[in-house]
Amino acid sequence: MIPRIYVPGDSGALALGAEKVAKAVEKELADRGIEAKIVRNGSRGAYFLEPMVEVATANGRVAYGPVKPSDVKSLFDCGFLTGGYHKRWLGAPDKIPFLAKQTRLTFARCGVINPLSLDHYKAHGGLKGLQNAVGLAPADIVKQVTESGLRGRGGAGFPTGIKWKTVLETTADKKYIVCNADEGDSATFADRMIMEGDPFVLIEGMAIAGIATGATKGFVYIRSEYPHAVAMMEKAVEVARKAGLLGVNVLGSPNAFDMEIRVGAGAYVCGEETSLLNSLEGKRGVVRAKPPLPAIQGLFGKPTVINNVISLASVPVIMDKGAAFYKNFGMGRSRGTIPIQIAGNVRYGGLFEAAFGMTLGEIVDDIGGGTATGRPVKAVQVGGPLGAYFPRSLFDTPFDYEAFAAKDGLIGHAGITVFDDTADMLRQARFAMEFCAIESCGKCTPCRIGSTRGVETIDKIARGIEPEKQIELVTDLCNTMKFGSLCALGGFTPYPVMSAINHFRDDFKPAPVAEAAE
Amino acid sequence: MTMQPAGTEIASRTAAIVQELKGLEGPLLPILHGIQEEFGHVPQDALPVIAEALNISKAEVHGVVTFYHDYRSHPAGRHVLKLCQAEACQSMGSDAIAAKLKQLLGIGFHETARDGSVTLEPVYCLGLCACAPSAMLDGEVIGRLDDEKLDEIAAEVRS
Repeated sequence: MIPRIYVPGDSGALALGAEKVAKAVEKELADRGIEAKIVRNGSRGAYFLEPMVEVATANGRVAYGPVKPSDVKSLFDCGFLTGGYHKRWLGAPDKIPFLAKQTRLTFARCGVINPLSLDHYKAHGGLKGLQNAVGLAPADIVKQVTESGLRGRGGAGFPTGIKWKTVLETTADKKYIVCNADEGDSATFADRMIMEGDPFVLIEGMAIAGIATGATKGFVYIRSEYPHAVAMMEKAVEVARKAGLLGVNVLGSPNAFDMEIRVGAGAYVCGEETSLLNSLEGKRGVVRAKPPLPAIQGLFGKPTVINNVISLASVPVIMDKGAAFYKNFGMGRSRGTIPIQIAGNVRYGGLFEAAFGMTLGEIVDDIGGGTATGRPVKAVQVGGPLGAYFPRSLFDTPFDYEAFAAKDGLIGHAGITVFDDTADMLRQARFAMEFCAIESCGKCTPCRIGSTRGVETIDKIARGIEPEKQIELVTDLCNTMKFGSLCALGGFTPYPVMSAINHFRDDFKPAPVAEAAE
Repeated sequence: MTMQPAGTEIASRTAAIVQELKGLEGPLLPILHGIQEEFGHVPQDALPVIAEALNISKAEVHGVVTFYHDYRSHPAGRHVLKLCQAEACQSMGSDAIAAKLKQLLGIGFHETARDGSVTLEPVYCLGLCACAPSAMLDGEVIGRLDDEKLDEIAAEVRS
C-alpha cells in the first residue's frame, strides 16, 4: 500500500504554514525516492497543533504537530511514515485530549477525510441521511428534523423544523433553500471549517432540505473573506453534480435539486437573513421588515428556507441516526451538539463540538487552558461582536440558549473570544458601537444614528466629561437600539456595550488625572 | 494605430462580462465581481452598460456598488493587505500590529502607497480567530502575526 500523508488545506492551517509543510514533504519524498500520496484534508480544529500532519499506518492514523517546514526532514529520519517517534509526535489523533473529549456529530468527518472524495465521504457514513430522506414523504422529513430539537445555529436559535414546515405548507411555483455562509462574527469559523473540510455534508443537508420542502434550487452565500471555502464549495458542487447527488434526479429519485455558490461583497449586515436575500437578488444589502417571513416570501418573493451552514450540516446525521439520537444530547430546550469556537487570547484555541450544557468556565479554563499570554482571564465575549462580555463571576453559566439569555447574553454562533486582564472594556464597548456604525445598512434610525451617537458618548466617558450622566445616556440609547432596530445589528449591539458597563464598571471611571508638572 | 478611448474599451469589456452572467438569477453581484476582477475596480463607465443590460436605472447600480465594502472606485496597489481588526484579533494585540504596519508601510488604512506597491485595508474577521492576529495578503492567509512576520510582509510588498 502506498503511504498516505495528510497535510491540512484548511485556511487556519494554511495561515500557520501548512502550504510550506506540504511542499517540504513533497520535496523530501522526491529526494528520497519514496512513493506516497499527500492528502489535503480539512482541519480537525485543534489550531494550537496546526499544521498537524498525519500518516496512515497499519495501526491507524498517527499525528505530528505543530509541524514546521524545518521539521520535515527529521520526521522522515525518525520514520514517521510508520508512526515513528519524533518530538512533534502526538499519537493517534482521536486520543489527543482536546479531540477525545468532544462529541463529534456535525464535524465527524472534518479533518479526517479528503474533502473532495465522495468515496471517503461515503466510507465515513456520508449520504446515509439523504438516502433515507429520498424514501420518505416530505412531511416525515420535516417531522424528524422538528423532533430532533435542532435550532438555528446561526444565532437566532429558531427551531429549524418549524421553518421548514412553513415552507412545505406554502404553495408556490418555485421555492428556494438558501444557506447563510456569511460567517462575519469574530471568533467564529465553524462554517468555514465545514465548507473547507467536509463540503459534501452541507450539500447533503441542503438536498435534504430541498426534498423536505419542495424546493428545487439552493444558493450558498459565502462571504468574500473566505476565498478557500468558496473554491472548495465550487469544486464539491461539481463533484456532487457528476455523481448524481445534485440534478434532476437526486440519487436516482424523482426529486430535482441543484445549487449555486454565490460570493458576498464585504458587508457584515448581509449575515442578517433578509439583508442576505436582498444581496442575492442583486440589491443593496438592506434589511427587510418582517413579516412577511422569508419562509412565505423570501428570495425573489418565493417561499425560502434560509438556514445557517451548521444547521444544514447537522441535518444529515439526524436523518441518518434519527431524531431521538440527536435529541438525546444536550440540555433543556437546547438539543444536540454545538460546535463551540474558542478563540482570541487563549492557550488551546480551536473548534470544540460538544453537547449543550458545559459551563462557560469549563470551556474557557479546562478546554481552552486559560489565556495564551498566561495572564488572568478578564472577560470573554460570547456570540461574536453582538454578544455580551461575561466576567469570571458568570463562568458557571451553562452553554444553553435560555441560560445565556437569562444572564443578558447570547450564545449566537457559539464563538468565544477570551481577553486577558490588559483588556480595556471601555474600548471594547466603544468598538461595538463603532463596528455597528461602520456596518449599519442605514435603513433604521436607531442603528444608523444611534451607533454614531454611542461612539461619541463613550468618548466623552473616556475623557471624563460627566461620566455618570453619559453612562445614563448610553443606557437609554441602548434601550432604544435594542427595541427600536429592525434587525440584530442595531438590536444586539447593546449586549456588548451594556455588559461591559455593567460587569466592568471600573473601566468606565475617569482615569486618574496626571499631576501637572510644575 | 488609433488609440481607443478608454470609455469605449471599458464598455465593450463590461458588455462581454454582462452577457456571460446576465442569465443567472440575481446577476448583479456576480457581474460586479467579474468587472472588479477584470479592471481591478468598478469603473464609472461600466455602470450604464450594466444598467442598460439588466433594465435597471444607473442610480440603482450605483447604489449597489457603493453599498458593499469590496467594490473599489479606484484601482488598488499591486498588493492588497487586509489586516483583521475584529475582537479576537484585538484580544491578541491587533491595535499594536496595525500601528507597526502603518509605520512600516508609511500608509494608513484605506490608503495606497505612493509608489503603488500596496493598499492597506482593515477587515472584520477572516475566520482565523484561533490563530490571531491575522491578515490576508493578496488572498493568502497569515496567522499569529508578530514583528518578524510583519517585516517579511513589508519586504514582500516592496519587492
